[in-house]
Amino acid sequence: MTVNELCQKCGFSAVVIPDGDREVTGCYTGDLLSWVMGRAKGDDAWITIMSNINILAVATLADVSCIILSEGVTVDGDIIETAKQKEVNILSSSLPSYETAVKVSEQI
Amino acid sequence: MSESLTFHFDVDGEDFTSAGQASVQVKKNLRRLGISPEIIRQVSIAMYEGEINMVIHAGGGTADVIVSEDKIEIILADKGPGIADVNLAMQEGYSTATDQVRSLGFGAGMGLPNMKRYTDEMIIDSVVGEGTTIRMVVNL
Repeated sequence: MTVNELCQKCGFSAVVIPDGDREVTGCYTGDLLSWVMGRAKGDDAWITIMSNINILAVATLADVSCIILSEGVTVDGDIIETAKQKEVNILSSSLPSYETAVKVSEQI
Repeated sequence: MSESLTFHFDVDGEDFTSAGQASVQVKKNLRRLGISPEIIRQVSIAMYEGEINMVIHAGGGTADVIVSEDKIEIILADKGPGIADVNLAMQEGYSTATDQVRSLGFGAGMGLPNMKRYTDEMIIDSVVGEGTTIRMVVNL
């Protein structure tokens, strides 16, 4: 399943999707960035409530397919702009992290 | 590739938000060299953790990445306060990071363990009051 399809089927909002054809093969939830880098797998969708600029570097280096901001968390405009340049997909979910993960799980 | 290639970076200790630039650049360079995605992931995460440590604890430093035929070496050097007890620092969950750093999602005490996890060899040479040099190797 691609990031575009996941966004649509789960009813998430697209914050910025510069690489929507990217495949999603798993899912990881976590807010401690080193835990994410230690545990998330490449091509996972990463669910987090963290919204500072460092999430973009973590997503790039851990090679996740997208960031899903849960709990209705929003990001600043400069992060959206940087995400576009770095080709990091960011989706947003109004649901808590657990329910967001359940929705992802139903699709992949 | 018969000769080794070296990439050198200065890691800015002032700017927390730009931390990771060197690691992202290394990722791009390795991709151009045709290195496998899993190796690239290992090298770039290990390097990013080191970069973050230098920003959090040491006021910056330098990073050198040497790519040769059979391995990738990452050498991180700083003139920070040094690590008093390396064995303790290597324990998952142990951290001396400030609350401000923790609020950004770092300081979970997973940095050094992740560097070890993603590399085949890691040597820490640290002198309190003088600085720390970490050499990591990922075999190709």
